Amino acid sequence: MLAQLSNSNFLVIQTLNSLSLGGLLFLLAAGFSLIFGLMRIANLTHGSLFMLGAYIGVSLLEAGVPNLWLAALAGGVATAVLGGLFERLVLRSLAGNSQGQVLVTLGVSFIVADLCLMLWGGDPLPIQTPESVRSPLRVAGFTFPAYRLVVVALAIVVAIGLYVLIERTRLGAMIRAGVDDMPMARAVGIPVSRLFTIVFCLGAGLAGAGGIIGGPILSAYPGLDADMLPLALIVVILGGVGSLAGAFIGSFLIGFVYTFGSALVPDLAYVILFLPMILVIAFRPTGLFGRMGA
Amino acid sequence: MGIGRRQFIQATGVAGTSAALGFSAMSRAQSGPIRIGLMTVKTGPLASGGIDMERGLIMYLKARDYTLAGRKVELFVGDSGGVPATARTKLQELVEKNRIHLMIGPLDAGSALAVDDYIRSASLPTLSVAAAEDMTQRKPNPWFVRGTSTSSQCAHPMADYCAKTLKWKRMAVIADDIAYGHEMVAGFQRVFEDNGGRIVQKFLSPLAVPDYGSYIAQLKTNIDGIFLGFAGSNGFRYLRQFNEYGLRGKVQVVGGMTALDEAVLRNMGDEAIGILTACWYSAELANPPNRTFAADFRKEFKYDPGFYAAATHLEASVLETALQTVGGRIEDKAAFMKALRSVKAFTVRGPVSFDTYGNVVGDVFIRQVERKDGRLVNTVQYTYPAVSQFWTYAPQAFLANPVYSRDWPPARYLES
Repeated sequence: MLAQLSNSNFLVIQTLNSLSLGGLLFLLAAGFSLIFGLMRIANLTHGSLFMLGAYIGVSLLEAGVPNLWLAALAGGVATAVLGGLFERLVLRSLAGNSQGQVLVTLGVSFIVADLCLMLWGGDPLPIQTPESVRSPLRVAGFTFPAYRLVVVALAIVVAIGLYVLIERTRLGAMIRAGVDDMPMARAVGIPVSRLFTIVFCLGAGLAGAGGIIGGPILSAYPGLDADMLPLALIVVILGGVGSLAGAFIGSFLIGFVYTFGSALVPDLAYVILFLPMILVIAFRPTGLFGRMGA
Repeated sequence: MGIGRRQFIQATGVAGTSAALGFSAMSRAQSGPIRIGLMTVKTGPLASGGIDMERGLIMYLKARDYTLAGRKVELFVGDSGGVPATARTKLQELVEKNRIHLMIGPLDAGSALAVDDYIRSASLPTLSVAAAEDMTQRKPNPWFVRGTSTSSQCAHPMADYCAKTLKWKRMAVIADDIAYGHEMVAGFQRVFEDNGGRIVQKFLSPLAVPDYGSYIAQLKTNIDGIFLGFAGSNGFRYLRQFNEYGLRGKVQVVGGMTALDEAVLRNMGDEAIGILTACWYSAELANPPNRTFAADFRKEFKYDPGFYAAATHLEASVLETALQTVGGRIEDKAAFMKALRSVKAFTVRGPVSFDTYGNVVGDVFIRQVERKDGRLVNTVQYTYPAVSQFWTYAPQAFLANPVYSRDWPPARYLES
């Protein structure tokens, strides 16, 4: 183990791996965190939206959409619309019954999984890496997939965009108010129910686009939803519910913990992944950056 | 598990009538159709293979107009979703409600182990696809026959080929961290090291690992090759990420029987070309039954049959041969099981027979991915004839060792 840690190649490559996994997790977890924070429910369809995005990406690219970025944009819009409809038509009718809402999201996640199986079949479907970043990057003796670096850059851009939205706009101020104290926000006239729909669309869109951006690394396959959902959950519990900074730091933290954990002590890969979450729940239930209990 | 009430009444009823009316009642009871239960997976992550299992079997039965050994056949399909507990419930339903005479399946080792007790208590002849070693080794089930392969039955010859033909000395192995993966790489390691090779790196990755980056980054490049012991879509993703890291051409890749199945191959690109895998089947096999089967399958479904489609087709040939031996009298379980275990049949994988533990002895093929008529196929490069689950080891000595696992045989040559 020590030999590996003193190997600079190992360190550099695994650090880059951690960053790229973290970037992908952020695209997934940011929306999950905002929805959780505002609506007080763990949206268990989030993994499904990620998988649905990946499948929609496959179909868009097959249908002739010229590149991955456009496909991600279009796929993100599509999942945002689906998410918005789901919130309006289903979750809304269960307003105030958060247990019921969580159960409904669980049910819908199973339905989405079977629909995907019907529509796209059970085989894993690849999403091609964009031509321009297909060949690995070779710098100073290190070889690293260029696309993964693009994912990191993209995650940072999205993080900045979300930061501006949440911290610098009127809409963001309303969302923050809703997360912090919903009854008070309602009392001062913030249209909380419309915020629900907006945030749900935003989260669903990010998850869907994330599925397509992650496609060249993960591909689209049945079970992708169940692989990703626990990771989003860990990130959000670690970082703090409803906190963008928490989701950002949490994503990269989990990226590092998971990558180095599975490389250094492979037998304990899952223990290492879930241990920080358990410690946080036990000793700091609001998460590292959260303002409310999970 | 006791027998259900209805089953009991039926059983005593039949016994009573046949005792009273003698032989004529027996033959009347046998004139009904033979009821086959297929336990497969049509939902969830394993559905791709499970649906192929159903298609392969239906194709066999259709070609014979649902008549085997002169008796009509009815098919009942149970979907376990790949969940062992569900497999148990569905099997009970197939036995008690549909009154099946035998089961083909299940697909996965977890489900096979979960229904093991029930198969014994219901005395249900079973033709399985699941690879769990000990079901035909240290804990053989008298009702269980497997025409496909144990986890390591195809890994042994692959290792032999790497050591003797390719003359490789140093290799890495990676597999899913489940019993199937453990057993497969353990078998590979044993034969490779018994032939002078060394396994210098061994990775067992969680079954649900979306990103293999951290495993690939650790792979040594001063090795002759890596063996992939994956199932389902994991081999597909591993290989794509492997290429992403620029390792194609630097490290050679070989694989087990499910690493580059036809089902995965049809969605892959040039990254798969040249890779060798060992399996008991290839859609490219030129024997007469397979030439018909593969062509018909391709015509109907627009893709090549793979491991799972061939598996049920093969089990159906074994079943038909056994039924012919007993003149269709599947109700005489003892005679039927005896016939089943002594089947010698020529199937889509070529000739098969069974050892005393109920496991198949049959050819294993070293196959190479090539592009042919615009699609990727597994071309047969070399054939290991009549491979047993014990490889070339004496069964008694083989069984005296612990079952293949994470820790056995110990990996002595790992380098950090």
